[in-house]
Amino acid sequence: MSFDAAYQSQKLKSVGTRPLRPDGVDKVTGRARYGADFNMPGQLVARVLRSPHAHARIVRMDTGAAEALKGVKAVVTAADLPDLTNGDAELFAVLDNCMARTKALYDGHAVAAVAAIDERTAKQALKLIEVEYEILPHVVDVDAAMVADAPILNDELFTGGVDPKPDTPSNVANRAEFGHGDVDAGFAEADFIVERSYKTEQTHQGYIEPHACVASCNPDGTAELWVCTQGHFVFRQNCADLLGLEVSKLRVTSSEIGGGFGGKTHVWAEPVALALSRKAGRPVKLVMSRDEVFRASGPTSATSIDVKIGAKADGKITAAMATLRYSSGPYPGMWAELGAMTSFACYDLENVKTVGFEVIVNRPKVAAYRAPSAPMAAFAVESAIDELAQKLGVNAVELRIKNAAREGTKSSYGPVYGPIGIGPTLEAAQSHPHMSAPLGKNQGRGMACGFWFNFGGQTCSDLNVNADGTVALAVGTVDVGGSRASLSLIAAEELGIDYKDVKAVVADTATLGYNDMTDGSRGTFSSSMATISAARNAIAIMRARAALTWDIPVEDVYWEDGHAKAAGTKYGNLSPLSVRDIAAESGNTGGPIAGHSELVADGAGVSFATHICDVEVDPETGATSIIRYTVIQDAGKAVHPSYVEGQYQGGAAQGIGWALNEEYIYGADGRLQNSGFLDYRIPVCSDLPMIDTQILEIPNPNHPYGVRGVGETSIVPPLAATANAVSNAVGVRMSHIPMSPPRILAALNAERD
Amino acid sequence: MSSIAVSTTINGDDVEYLCQADETLLDVLRNRLGLMGSKEGCGTGDCGACSTIMDGRVVCSCLVLGAEAQGRSIETIEGMANGSELHPLQTKFIEHAALQCGICTPGFLMAAKALLDVNPEPTEEEIRFWLAGNLCRCTGYDKIVRAVQAAAAEMRGEAA
Amino acid sequence: MVDVTLWGGLVPLADDQKTLSIEADTIRELLRKLQERYPALSGPIKNEVAVVIDGVIYRNDWSQRIPEGAEVFLMRRLAGG
Repeated sequence: MSFDAAYQSQKLKSVGTRPLRPDGVDKVTGRARYGADFNMPGQLVARVLRSPHAHARIVRMDTGAAEALKGVKAVVTAADLPDLTNGDAELFAVLDNCMARTKALYDGHAVAAVAAIDERTAKQALKLIEVEYEILPHVVDVDAAMVADAPILNDELFTGGVDPKPDTPSNVANRAEFGHGDVDAGFAEADFIVERSYKTEQTHQGYIEPHACVASCNPDGTAELWVCTQGHFVFRQNCADLLGLEVSKLRVTSSEIGGGFGGKTHVWAEPVALALSRKAGRPVKLVMSRDEVFRASGPTSATSIDVKIGAKADGKITAAMATLRYSSGPYPGMWAELGAMTSFACYDLENVKTVGFEVIVNRPKVAAYRAPSAPMAAFAVESAIDELAQKLGVNAVELRIKNAAREGTKSSYGPVYGPIGIGPTLEAAQSHPHMSAPLGKNQGRGMACGFWFNFGGQTCSDLNVNADGTVALAVGTVDVGGSRASLSLIAAEELGIDYKDVKAVVADTATLGYNDMTDGSRGTFSSSMATISAARNAIAIMRARAALTWDIPVEDVYWEDGHAKAAGTKYGNLSPLSVRDIAAESGNTGGPIAGHSELVADGAGVSFATHICDVEVDPETGATSIIRYTVIQDAGKAVHPSYVEGQYQGGAAQGIGWALNEEYIYGADGRLQNSGFLDYRIPVCSDLPMIDTQILEIPNPNHPYGVRGVGETSIVPPLAATANAVSNAVGVRMSHIPMSPPRILAALNAERD
Repeated sequence: MSSIAVSTTINGDDVEYLCQADETLLDVLRNRLGLMGSKEGCGTGDCGACSTIMDGRVVCSCLVLGAEAQGRSIETIEGMANGSELHPLQTKFIEHAALQCGICTPGFLMAAKALLDVNPEPTEEEIRFWLAGNLCRCTGYDKIVRAVQAAAAEMRGEAA
Repeated sequence: MVDVTLWGGLVPLADDQKTLSIEADTIRELLRKLQERYPALSGPIKNEVAVVIDGVIYRNDWSQRIPEGAEVFLMRRLAGG
């Protein structure tokens, strides 16, 4: 497709306004249908049996008694999900995670599943499945997993990225190094050096809607799946691959999604539900409990990070180094590598080196969580920058501005930057009234920067012009936070019609071409590009229809303000034709009018944000209150500013939770001890103040309207911004998050002693 | 296991159903009565997504037994609008972009309605503590609090 | 002629060279020639690679032109949330 994505400066009428979202009424009346809100005739209820052990060999399993129970229609184990992955290690990890094959690798790992006529029967059946485990030594801590005599999870895993190739297995899956220059020489030049080790604990995306699906396999080889997902096309491919189904015969419909944040980007229970349905010959509904969501779905990595930064007395950084260890659950990912790439991405450094170690542990398989891996690296680096500013006796914002990356900077992960927005966010922070507001007793202020790569990806949209001139827009990126409103605005803008005349829906996998999932902040960025392209294709058709109506050459018809207009004075008496006029005649001018678009939306551009945080710490209890918070981020162009603000505020709140409270707590037995919202405490309404936002609009050169992805970067700075604020409030550097009250008290007591 | 017969009032209508002794009101609403606007986020009373109003009080319907609804009056999200006329809270939630994914929205609306029913002019702090039993992971609560403030002002007859 | 920098994990698959000079006008041509020269790169190129041209990351658009003298990196395709 010859779609020109280059930014064109123009006055926008619809884009940038704040109309009501099209799915609003359904969502405030309870009519919106989420994963668990769908039923099929004859549907069975599925429950999953999970390992109570962190690491155990499955010696024997007997499902006979469960199968014999009245009302049980199918029991599946790994034998019902044979390995069809053909040596694809990543896909095998997904399969093994869905249903343990020879070993249970974490507390909560699925080992069998049941479909029965009701939940009571299904639960009863689970108790009748006999599993004999040989309990193996386990390891859940990222540092402990790296020591020489640590229990080994996978005898066939040898550390990659090291020379020579090791000949003994290890829990360290990979070593990845980035950087340039000579850090030793850089540190030798430094007048001041800060060096510290940091730890972050494992958190969960914490979406309020548990994973849920309804699977229906028919005897003719066709199947349907209704599921809450961030990417139904990707789920279709995963499920088809794992079950040996033909892609075209599996139709996946994405329900409304009750939060994902990266946690609904790959399959967990859906292949199991399909396998149960296939075996039982009936539709199967599988809904995870909250306990299962915590124990068995998508947490982020726990990390251990060492940072060393050196600078001249004038504040110029001469060298920066980080060693990052990320836990990835029992299967290797690329989480440490992402951390190593993003750590110093905000800065212009002559000498920089980062090394990431990917470490497998007996915890759930790590899934992406909003700008995955970047928040922990930013916590360590931005804490060190803050400490450096104190050591140098300079202002923390000025130090960052002095060393900020700019156009032409060689990034710490390799490439040279084009135009980027870190400088403007820092300058906006410097002049923000929040920065100079007075602080009270026991209060402290912190700030931090954050970086994330945004994506584009494969995208397909259909835009149908109805006979009354209204427009039906079908997109294939799941709407996680208001993108149907944004994309309707885009269609209205491009066509020159009213927002109210556009209705956007998320199409299922049978009715639209392939779309990558909604991740990498790509939903609005990429689908807006496809929508613009589809609208332009529809306009080309409408121009042709106007030309037919007027009986003049199509070259003499141009499009302006939602109308086809005849060019030149010779057609002076022809009144412009609106979309409505052209649509009304479409039956006699060539039939339905539609614009389609298939494209890859590359060129998303990297993203930066700066956050400012004020806290008050109670020195008696160690409890921290956030008293003021400001987010400054570049949106390129905010399509629907309310939902851009929402992304900034939501990311900040998640980051604050991570910084202050949220963590997976494991017992000595390797079992998760806080698999519920009571003990895994995400921020509640009374924990937070209003969250101020400042949207910068520096146009993205690779999008027609200048749009950038905005979904993820907002979670990168808060860990560090909050930690810097707490450290400044209590006068002790907090290097371990979450900074829960006991941890703050311990730090204070250590300082007092 | 034998079922229990329950007569109750839901959104102003007389309703009768049979349920098991250990069945939650949430399961009755969703699975027996088709009222799926109440959501299950945790099943343990921690997230508030299943908030309903029972005799004027907000309850987590996952912590109430279906049998306990006998003789009570239950309000759910499905009864919040008056026909096609939305409640001011519903309108303000949409206008203020107080929802992103929307899974927590029915619970927040029920809890906020119960608040405004007893306190028409709550402070920001009162709103925040009243709604502390409802979890939202998308918004950071900012726009939710503003929507409740705006709805309260409108219901008091003040210009929003 | 463009100089392409490989990420660390690819270096052993390309005779331990970190930077390679290739005659290529587009990403597609670049990747084809890389595979021809170093067949071991075929696996990663098939589904693990993103290409960075002058700081802009391309994950899919293999028709993208590579300007003369451009800075080109092969980067691992990233996961997002």
